Amino acid sequence: MAITMTPAATERVRSFLANRGKGVGLRLGLRTSGCSGMAYVLEFVDALNDDDEVFDIDGVKIIIDAKSFIYLQGIELDFVKEGLNEGFQFNNPNAKGECGCGESFTV
Amino acid sequence: MALLQIAEPGQSAAPHQHKLAVGIDLGTTNSLVAAVRSGETATLPDEHGLHSLPSIVRYTQDTVEVGALAALSSAQDPKNTIVSVKRFMGRSLADIKAGEQSFPYEFAESENGLPLFVTPQGQVNPVQVSAEILRPLIARAEKTLGGELQGVVITVPAYFDDAQRQGTKDAVALLGVKVLRLLNEPTAAAIAYGLDSKQEGVIAIYDLGGGTFDISVLRLNRGVFEVLATGGDSALGGDDFDHLLQEHMQQVWQLADIDVQLSRQLLIEARRVKEALTDASETEAKVILADGTELTQIVTKTEFDAMIAALVKKTIASCRRTLRDAGMTTDEVLETVMVGGSTRVPLVREQVEAFFGKPPLTSIDPDRVVAIGAAIQADILVGNKPDSDLLLLDVIPLSLGIETMGGLVEKVVSRNTTIPVARAQEFTTFKDGQTAMAFHVVQGERELVADCRSLARFTLKGIPPLAAGAAHIRVTFQVDADGLLSVTAMEKSTGVQSSIQVKPSFGLSDTEIATMLKDSMKYAKDDISRRMLAEQQVEAARVLESLNAALGKDGDLLTAQEREQIDLLMAKLAQLATGDDADAIQKAIERLDEQTQDFAARRMDNSIRVAFKGQSIDNI
Repeated sequence: MAITMTPAATERVRSFLANRGKGVGLRLGLRTSGCSGMAYVLEFVDALNDDDEVFDIDGVKIIIDAKSFIYLQGIELDFVKEGLNEGFQFNNPNAKGECGCGESFTV
Repeated sequence: MALLQIAEPGQSAAPHQHKLAVGIDLGTTNSLVAAVRSGETATLPDEHGLHSLPSIVRYTQDTVEVGALAALSSAQDPKNTIVSVKRFMGRSLADIKAGEQSFPYEFAESENGLPLFVTPQGQVNPVQVSAEILRPLIARAEKTLGGELQGVVITVPAYFDDAQRQGTKDAVALLGVKVLRLLNEPTAAAIAYGLDSKQEGVIAIYDLGGGTFDISVLRLNRGVFEVLATGGDSALGGDDFDHLLQEHMQQVWQLADIDVQLSRQLLIEARRVKEALTDASETEAKVILADGTELTQIVTKTEFDAMIAALVKKTIASCRRTLRDAGMTTDEVLETVMVGGSTRVPLVREQVEAFFGKPPLTSIDPDRVVAIGAAIQADILVGNKPDSDLLLLDVIPLSLGIETMGGLVEKVVSRNTTIPVARAQEFTTFKDGQTAMAFHVVQGERELVADCRSLARFTLKGIPPLAAGAAHIRVTFQVDADGLLSVTAMEKSTGVQSSIQVKPSFGLSDTEIATMLKDSMKYAKDDISRRMLAEQQVEAARVLESLNAALGKDGDLLTAQEREQIDLLMAKLAQLATGDDADAIQKAIERLDEQTQDFAARRMDNSIRVAFKGQSIDNI
């Protein structure tokens, strides 16, 4: 499997999806924007697009479009806590340079 | 490394442009902050995992303590430890001093009559104290969400008037944070349960906090919550349950004279017992005296219920009254929402269920439900939801109008109008050559200014001198989405204008609002007859004024006998106008009108003759 999630991330995604009560799964993707070229997308999915691929990771449906998939190979989604702040974080082996905040990167 | 949250489909923010917003419940006893993250709405805890911040502020020589830390000092430094500052918001010092409650603070009075607390750091007003409570909440939110806030939604009681709302808004502004919207607390609770997207109908919000009880009846109609009626008791809450329990324990243990220390211990234990009895049918109460003696007793739920029964009954009576004010029956109430920690007490739930005839909504933590509703609203307002999600509107609680001649109120925006709203009405001058006009903005349901609440006064100058009634003054009332009012007056021919924004002046208490609404119904008949009288008096003054002017100019057109007749009738009208018989005044005006018709005709002929004198027919 090219894409993985840490147990913490799996658990949180599952609970957020259940809490929302609707939708197909979670979209991971990329958009060209941001200070270093590409930005991550993390969204709930209500309807699939034609070029979407659906993965099942530990019972959680992960949706990635074909174009983003190339760049997301080998990526790991993590859920971390930093003091009061908590949220998701991508560990991307393809990223060559990240902007200071880690929200966008170049490949 | 910024951490990401899951967005709604298509709503992912560009890097560094996360739309962060929170909801804040600025409560009398406790305050909370909540946010929507990854589609989940929850209150945000501090570093110690505590969600609610006691609304207590203590000023020392060089620090400001807030929350639990300030609460610890309230016993030893009551003068500088400000508790329940919300009760002071938007109220005048005179109001506060006239109230039954006495406070341990040293007060000073501001220029416009607002209370100032005298502290070691100088004088502070209620807005500044409220800002101190908000400061750590906003800091906590920015730390938790990992960025600067784009705005907050802050909740206020439904009965808060313009001055109190403006005060709350000012407190947030002091911290440099944008207020996205002020939201009524009962409305926020209804939103938390998603009632805004459900079917339309009437919703009752039963809010029993530590020290206050509020009942609000709302009607949901096309996404708009309309406040039908509010009621309650600003001096009834869960703290009273604790005191009753404490007295009971004292009696059982036969403790006669107790010191402050023991009293405190008893009260803390009483609170623990109350909370234990939420799930248990009996529990053991225990205190250790100064000499080391350990006292215990069993308190049963039945005993506790008997102690508080009268208080709970009082809240139900309040519900009944408020429902009646709203013109509703319990059958028409679609849902009942429970708010406030004291609604966990089983007897309260049972009684509310029995009264409304259906189980109340209790699945969301009653302490947090208001903050959660505010956070949901903030998330929508800041733009994290698809456009299809409807935006909630609110209504104004009391009618707004201006004073007209004779001390009458002309309502421009009526009660329960949805906001934002702008309404304009035209007014005119009363006297010939009048060049200025004073506007008096009032709030209330009664017909006479004296019975309504004064909000603001301003003057429009530079009206061109015209005959009475010829000037057109357009008065526009604008209420923004937060319920704040601005009034503009403009003379139409010249465009000169003057305006005012309603700033904090004097507030009204919960009960005063209720009284104002009730009085407007009770005195409806009296008010109408007083209005008729005042209208006739104004009309009499106008007739006398213009007749006097005419007599001064063209008095020589009358015979001595005619003049005498008119003078007699005028004297009679002037005398009747000071009395209280509207019909008699009206008749006298009519008689004077008949008597002077001839005079008016002669004046007309005369002025036409003057105008046409020496003109040839071709020139006309």
